Amino acid sequence: MQNLIDNFFSYTITGLTIGAVYALVALGYTLVYGVLRLINFAHSEVFMYGTFAALWVVMILGGHPGAGVGQVIFWVAMMFVAAMAMSGLVAVLLERVAYRPLRKRNAPPLIALISAIGASFVLAEIMGLRSRIAGWVGLDDTLRDYVRNSRNNAGLPTIIQPQPIFTIGGYHVTNVDIFVIVGAIAIMVILDQFVKRSRLGRGIRAVAMDPEAAALMGVNRDRVIQVTFLVGGIMAGAAAVFYMLKIGITRYDAGFILGVKAFTAAVLGGIGNLRGALLGGFVLGLAENYGSAVVGSQWKDVVAFVLLVLILLFRPTGLLGESLGKARA
Amino acid sequence: MSTPTSAPAARKPATRGFKERVDHLPRSVKIVLWVLFALFLFLLPLLNIPFITTEGSDFGGVLFTVATYVLVALGLNIVVGYAGLLDLGYVGFYAVGAYTVGVLTSEHAHLSWVVVVPIAIVVAMVSGVILGAPTLRVRGDYLAIVTLGFGEIVRLTLVNSQWLGGAQGISDIPKPPSAELFEVPSLDWSSGAPVVDLDTTSTFLKFGINDFVPYYWLALGIIGLVLLFDILVKSSRVGRAWEATREDEDAAELMGVPTFRFKLLAFALGAAIGGLSGALFATKAGFISPDSFQLLLSILFLAAVVVGGAGNRWGVIVGAIVVGYFPERFRDFADFRVLVFGLALMLLAIFRPQGLLPPRRTVRAKRADDRQAVLEEGEASA
Repeated sequence: MQNLIDNFFSYTITGLTIGAVYALVALGYTLVYGVLRLINFAHSEVFMYGTFAALWVVMILGGHPGAGVGQVIFWVAMMFVAAMAMSGLVAVLLERVAYRPLRKRNAPPLIALISAIGASFVLAEIMGLRSRIAGWVGLDDTLRDYVRNSRNNAGLPTIIQPQPIFTIGGYHVTNVDIFVIVGAIAIMVILDQFVKRSRLGRGIRAVAMDPEAAALMGVNRDRVIQVTFLVGGIMAGAAAVFYMLKIGITRYDAGFILGVKAFTAAVLGGIGNLRGALLGGFVLGLAENYGSAVVGSQWKDVVAFVLLVLILLFRPTGLLGESLGKARA
Repeated sequence: MSTPTSAPAARKPATRGFKERVDHLPRSVKIVLWVLFALFLFLLPLLNIPFITTEGSDFGGVLFTVATYVLVALGLNIVVGYAGLLDLGYVGFYAVGAYTVGVLTSEHAHLSWVVVVPIAIVVAMVSGVILGAPTLRVRGDYLAIVTLGFGEIVRLTLVNSQWLGGAQGISDIPKPPSAELFEVPSLDWSSGAPVVDLDTTSTFLKFGINDFVPYYWLALGIIGLVLLFDILVKSSRVGRAWEATREDEDAAELMGVPTFRFKLLAFALGAAIGGLSGALFATKAGFISPDSFQLLLSILFLAAVVVGGAGNRWGVIVGAIVVGYFPERFRDFADFRVLVFGLALMLLAIFRPQGLLPPRRTVRAKRADDRQAVLEEGEASA
């Protein structure tokens, strides 16, 4: 307990930065759940592909520590473009291959989960076997830096040197922390406005509220679902960039545990609810950091899951508990 | 509408013909066939049939692994297939069973294996009730997540708790008491034709460290008992209550079925069987660590049930064999087996969503639905 009081702000800021990543990934789960009523188990892989896209683009551009401000801004911007494009593409592809054929056949939700689990394995393994795959197409020499040690960690060069901006309660808040937290909130505000105000956003809400009535009103359901996956993928891509800037290391199976945590965040805030995902992400990030400060950092994940179980027992609809369809414009 | 109905109709007569032919055999013939089949299963590791037998890894050990998958799938089938509760943390109960054996025979006490296995079953069952009592009130898809969390909590607790051996796990788990009743020779195919090989034998009820065949026999015997139990429970009032709860919980409640109690019963029975398989696993391996109980295992267990056809006990056995055996058989492609497995799951979901062997009721219900659809269509066009 003393540890928590002494380092309160340190735990708070770390909790908020990782919480921001959880929240962005949680949006993907929440959007898809709102529209399709199914758990997109493979969303964690969408995020993982984003981390690799962010990493590779920096490698291509020759990113290195200690560059000028303009250079760094360019690199980070390119990271966003690459990661969002990659994650969006993977998410849309996932929907086409793993979900749409099932929808056409009216398969029960459990089967969609199985298909998603299968897709998740395939996506992770393709990344884990990328050196072999590059070998088959004869590109292993050209792509050596990108595919070697494909089962091991891949690290991003420290392109933004963490520098303390201000000090709060003895903890130096760095530029990276501020960028991650502010950036994530800004992206979520944009998404919130998109879903509230745009035509496509209205379509998403309509399908979430009542798919049949929406279809009768002329909403193209397949298109809405595709857009939902695309938006969720783009959010995961943004999360991937923040994750790489803060953590800096990824691996072919990096998505799994983060995906489970992000899903926890989505449920925590009330699944199907966009603002709930934001709140859930931050609450989860803070709670697991505070919890680990009290009971020891090795229990961090246990704290997160116990919190999930408790929330579901006492408030099964999550903290905000509102569905995507009921969000007011 | 004519194309979807005619396609299954064309395939049906063949399967029904086979089933009817088997059903119409005299009772005595049926019993003989069953006994022969059971004998074949018992001798399978010694027959060394080419192509089926795994090269490189001990076939008895592989068969034992497959047998634990079958046992787990039967247990999970009660939860997922009969009661319709999606459980993503089944590995938690498996771990509870294994660790009960580990703690009571090696780490903190040295009780006999015969005493410990029933204790492991009871402990797993109690953990099922403890998890189920508060969580079975939440909605279906949330249950999946709560159980997922439970599985992870169990594993992380094992990693962090020194009392349970921590990350190193528990070693030196003793073997079951051996009786060494008689020896069974194996077949040798190296000359092209089967030859009885009297030098390579397995001793019945001898639980050593070199020959895993007796463990497979043990597991097979337990599977037989569990199957018998499964058949009796499923055809009793309890089984019908589960089915009613799964199909429509509110309607079942209105008909006087205490749905919560039956769901809890399904959860507890499933947990007990999961614990039993975990106990068997710990016995054979002699060593357990938290790494043996990854979340991935839960997902593989669930995949076994769904691949085979949730709700049909023969289907889930087939599913368990697919999930447990194929990765072992195709070890040459070790690097690619997860990839291939993932692809197989996706293809199965698309082309055979009810599983390989769906429960008979589903087929019947589907046929009724098709007939209904045809009738409705007819009325609409008339």
